[in-house]
Amino acid sequence: MAIQRKANVHILDGNQAAAIAAMMSRVQVIAAYPITPQTPLTEQLSRYVEQGELQAEYVAVESEHSAMAVCTSASLVGARTFTATSSHGLAYMHEMLHWAAGARLPIVLACVNRAIGAPWNVLNDQQDSISQRDTGWIQIYCRNNQEIMDTIIQAYRIAEQVFVPVMVCYDGYILSHTEMPVDVPIQEEVDRYLPSYQPHTVLDPANPKNYNLVTLANPRVGVDGKLCHGYMELRYLLQEALQNSKEVIVKSGKEFNQLFGRDYANVFWEDRNEDAEITIVAMGSLAMEAIVAADMLREQGIKVGVLGLRVFRPFPKSEVVQALRKSKLIVVFDKNISYGSEGATCSEIKSALYGTYINAAIRNFIVGLGGRDIKARELVEATKKAIASLKETVVNPDYPEWICEI
Amino acid sequence: MGTRDCNHICDESSPGIGEAGRTGEWRTLMPVIDDKKCTASKLNKPTCFLCWLYCPEAVITKGIPPLINLEYCKGCGICLQVCPVQAIVMIHEEKIAD
Amino acid sequence: MPQKSSLNNRPIEIRWHGRGGQGAITAAKIIAAAAYAKGYRGVTAAPSFGAERRGAPVSASTRIASEPIMVVSQVEKPDIVVVLDHTLLSYPDVTQGLGKDGWMIVNSPLLPKELGIKFECNVATADATRVCEKLGLIVAGLVIVNTAILGALIRATKIVDLPTLEKVIRERFPASTVEINLAAINKTYEITRSAK
Repeated sequence: MAIQRKANVHILDGNQAAAIAAMMSRVQVIAAYPITPQTPLTEQLSRYVEQGELQAEYVAVESEHSAMAVCTSASLVGARTFTATSSHGLAYMHEMLHWAAGARLPIVLACVNRAIGAPWNVLNDQQDSISQRDTGWIQIYCRNNQEIMDTIIQAYRIAEQVFVPVMVCYDGYILSHTEMPVDVPIQEEVDRYLPSYQPHTVLDPANPKNYNLVTLANPRVGVDGKLCHGYMELRYLLQEALQNSKEVIVKSGKEFNQLFGRDYANVFWEDRNEDAEITIVAMGSLAMEAIVAADMLREQGIKVGVLGLRVFRPFPKSEVVQALRKSKLIVVFDKNISYGSEGATCSEIKSALYGTYINAAIRNFIVGLGGRDIKARELVEATKKAIASLKETVVNPDYPEWICEI
Repeated sequence: MGTRDCNHICDESSPGIGEAGRTGEWRTLMPVIDDKKCTASKLNKPTCFLCWLYCPEAVITKGIPPLINLEYCKGCGICLQVCPVQAIVMIHEEKIAD
Repeated sequence: MPQKSSLNNRPIEIRWHGRGGQGAITAAKIIAAAAYAKGYRGVTAAPSFGAERRGAPVSASTRIASEPIMVVSQVEKPDIVVVLDHTLLSYPDVTQGLGKDGWMIVNSPLLPKELGIKFECNVATADATRVCEKLGLIVAGLVIVNTAILGALIRATKIVDLPTLEKVIRERFPASTVEINLAAINKTYEITRSAK
């Protein structure tokens, strides 16, 4: 039940939306290193801190690795922390991403999706965040700037309940540098939505604790006589936390709707999937472009729906199966490639469908790498190509097709 | 019985004596303080205590004389290195089974 | 040729117990090399995994089989336990998993019966420390008994013979230390006493 509220629409680019969202989430420590296309976001945040609009410590670090090290330390001692990066910066952070998740710290990171070199390229694709898939972070992808704003605020509510860090991913330039209308919440509403961070790690000189020391393979009894987890039990708990986080993500999205009137009680976005025989799957801003493609195909009498992936980790297997239950053909567009295999979301879709009664043909297209523009009509052409290929075989090909000029 | 009852979600422990087991068993050489040379003992004053300060295992007391807890002393010999009056020697010992 | 089941290829499993710096791991490797030289096609020698520390109790293992060995997990039921330092006998994990047909080879001045081992198994003892002290097999203040105890091991269990062991020692050790190590092995071989 959405409450009636007055819209407060500003025309913002994605980085501005992210900066405002971090400020309104009352982050206490920000540690970041500038990198294109994330730079305006960190500049804006340092300005907020410098001008006293945001009561936070802005740590200007010398690298992304340090940025995440600062965030883990600050989070461990009870501060709400934020960082943002892109591409090589995220890659450089890799080790500390594992550390943040392993230490179960509710850090929020804005990943402004950008291609990775060699060769140098500052434009958009999703290879950077997909490469961090297995670090134990929740990953949520945004389709537009409103979602960036709303998802960062929700990310704290999610992370601080399940004690898993959240990576909010949005496409570089396509969203980060593109202005669009964004309804900006008022601070009191955000404060109501986000209670202050209650850490599970407590820094108390009267009751000192060790955290994340050398942990042996097997459980062991601590000095207080309690049987404590071994390394593997802790890994199990992280997996369990991600499995269970799906429920919290949906609930947080629902609660967001109650306060702000925008519904996020979902793990993906669906468009006309009810009667679709063909489903286009895409993630990030491409999921919006796919809606345009579906419109064009519908006009030609082809029953097409769209599944716009929002939550990539945890991957919503059963929900995906439910959404695709009527599809005869699934066309998956990936802005990333697992070299030697296929696009990452395509693998996830296939894995989700295995062992179900759904026996749809799946076609995977690699698109938009390194900022290669991808238009709705190209999605239409690819979808038609996929339909035509069914006349030859319904067997899923081993490898994806690429939309490029090779 | 599983490990869930510890209620930790990341590795967590309380610091305490013997966290790494009885590390005195690792020792091959045993430090011995000569009270006739030790500054604190000789002057009968709470002074020097460099061995106490530098001992990485915190097994030397800040007393007169300073005492070494051999249950946990690993025999690293740092106390010998930092002692300004050479009051500490490392000796062979016959390890005794429990 | 019919496929051989790995179950029919149960290796002989030796577990070594010593203190960090005594050379238990080297001993484990020497016996594996000697067994291979003797014609066993499957041999493995491994330290216990983790942080090894000088002076701390450490263990190692050797597996010997006629066919290549597939098992890589820790030894659970050793056929032979070699104890390089008798002060370790008080640790329960030293004797864990040893069956009544198994062997305990202990570096000790005591007779097998005097060790006070409370379960049924074969026991052999030899005062390897004294042998090495007499020979001057001392490095950085530590008496190095790892080669000497091999004499007791092969005398009691006949797992390999003296000439094969000697061949491996000659291959693996610097020329300057070969003779003293061989002397330690031979002397310990002579003085080894066994009992059921």
